[in-house]
Amino acid sequence: MLAYVLRRVLQSVAVLLAVGLVAFTMFRYVGDPVENMLGQEATQADRAELLERLGLNDPIHVQYARFIRNAAVGEFGVSYRQGRPVTQVIAERLPATLELAFVSGILAFVGGVSLGVYTALKRNGVLSNAIMITSLIGVSLPTFLIGIVLIWVFAVELRWLPSYGRGDVVDLGWWDTGFLTLSGLKSLILPAITLGLYQLTLIMRLVRAEMLEVLRTDYIKFAEARGIPDRSLYFRHALKNTMVPVITITGLQLGSIIAFAIITETVFQWPGVGLLFIDAIQFVDVPVMAAYLLLISLVFVTINLIVDILYYVVDPRIRDARPGAR
Amino acid sequence: MSRTDASPGPGPDNREAPAPPPPPAWRRRLGEALESDLAYAFCRSPVAIISSLVVGLIVFAAVFAPLIAPHDPFDPASLNLMDGFSRPMTPNEFTGNLYWLGADDQGRDVFSAILYGSRISLFVGFAAVLLSAAMGVGLGLVAGYRGGWLDAVIMRIADVQLSFPSILIALLIYGVARGFIPPTEREAAAVWVLILAIGLSEWVQYARAVRGVVLVEKEKEYVQAARLIGVAPWRIMATHILPNAFGPILVIATIGLALAIIAEATLSFLGVGVSPTQPSLGTLIRIGQGFLFSGEWWILLFPALTLLALALAINLLGDWLRDAINPKLR
Repeated sequence: MLAYVLRRVLQSVAVLLAVGLVAFTMFRYVGDPVENMLGQEATQADRAELLERLGLNDPIHVQYARFIRNAAVGEFGVSYRQGRPVTQVIAERLPATLELAFVSGILAFVGGVSLGVYTALKRNGVLSNAIMITSLIGVSLPTFLIGIVLIWVFAVELRWLPSYGRGDVVDLGWWDTGFLTLSGLKSLILPAITLGLYQLTLIMRLVRAEMLEVLRTDYIKFAEARGIPDRSLYFRHALKNTMVPVITITGLQLGSIIAFAIITETVFQWPGVGLLFIDAIQFVDVPVMAAYLLLISLVFVTINLIVDILYYVVDPRIRDARPGAR
Repeated sequence: MSRTDASPGPGPDNREAPAPPPPPAWRRRLGEALESDLAYAFCRSPVAIISSLVVGLIVFAAVFAPLIAPHDPFDPASLNLMDGFSRPMTPNEFTGNLYWLGADDQGRDVFSAILYGSRISLFVGFAAVLLSAAMGVGLGLVAGYRGGWLDAVIMRIADVQLSFPSILIALLIYGVARGFIPPTEREAAAVWVLILAIGLSEWVQYARAVRGVVLVEKEKEYVQAARLIGVAPWRIMATHILPNAFGPILVIATIGLALAIIAEATLSFLGVGVSPTQPSLGTLIRIGQGFLFSGEWWILLFPALTLLALALAINLLGDWLRDAINPKLR
């Protein structure tokens, strides 16, 4: 057990170092950092002085080591575009993205599991078939189109919900939250649905498939024969056994939710890190890009690690079967 | 070589060829293809037929856009501002011009813009699929056939890349590529950067599938025999092993085409894709979104529907293909 966990942790660190190398390469070679910081009227002496001060004359591996050391303590330099420390810029934007991801994750899980159970139990029902067909379209529909359709229906035509921004936020010192005001909550609804819908269909299809499989097994048939009431049969006996893969997939999808937030945040002009990243790409703001990349990789690698270890703990069959796999 | 009576019916080619004409290779292949299980399964699946009709129609309209489109949406001289915001299927109140799907704010015909837009979307999609297939197949072959540290390195990179959503990777590649291109040439290079970004973000599936096939096939006797008589490794890979992976590659490429088209639309929608002067479907949707609040819904709706129809049809086709090629997966 310990050896397995240790190996997975080492692997994760290796992945992070590799991503760090990519980020460092971007940082060092995309555009000219000196040019970006000095402007056009700099003299040759200014250049040489800045090169020395930034340590850009050092051997490349020394520079890489310094980059990693700085990254480990959250030091990414100054945003070219905003002229403020990258860490500060990202910290301001992070609460918005995390709140959005949290709500849509819950939505996807609760909605996906309940719809999945429903469609599995009422296999040939009219409503079930309608849900399945809708989900097929939902998978093909790009995220940004879902967002636009929602804006069109609920913001433009019905005028029920706001179409952009976070509404009023309450500043808690280090965290500004939209959960505490009515307009904040109303602004959250459409983006959360947009972001969660794809994962919802994914979880729903998974739960449905797993449920159908479990319902066919002998122990369910025996339980039925013993006269256990339907409710307890479906939820206590069947659903419980479908949960291991579902929780795994949900965990892995959590990272995707944060990544796909880029698209949702652009559609709704939601002031999160995703929107920041898109801005950074458009203006080739390399420090912000590098920091975002490392932040996202950290989230992904951590989630993968936790899921893998949980898997190992929960399901004894995996312990020998898949040592190196994802 | 068999005689011509095996070929399906007489045609102009038969008369031109000297007697006795062997059937041209393509014709023999076509005959075989028409009698295959795949063709049979195709004819019996309404979903496959309808999907391929939809895809075929859109591809046809995109390829022949200059001939079909009633207006040239890229020629500023042909635009009439008085035609701006013409409603679909109603003659414009000032000029009396009729636009089937309406016109945008500058009087640009939405229908023509969609035709030209699908052209760019499809071009980027196909090119990206070609790039990722070539890269994935190549790396998969090498990884599987050579094994050892090369295999380990390639598959490790694949694993890492697979754990990140491809749209994120594409965005990143796009950002880096932009950094290397001088600002004056960014506009012109946008399409190629887009193809590179999407292509590089989707190669993993091919590599994994091909590597799997190679690992199975390379132990078989025919490969060992080929190796024994001294056939060069690349030749064994390309002509003996690769054909076995054709089915999975085709399935991945079909679904990959839908993914690439959606990725292109997404990137263009995010504003990092092709420039507004050469709008793809995603750019048109981005433009249309701006008019939603003022009530000009047609500028948004029709490009969006085209994108949806295209993506859905290709997805359905890919699903069908997967089931048809490998009945075990049903």
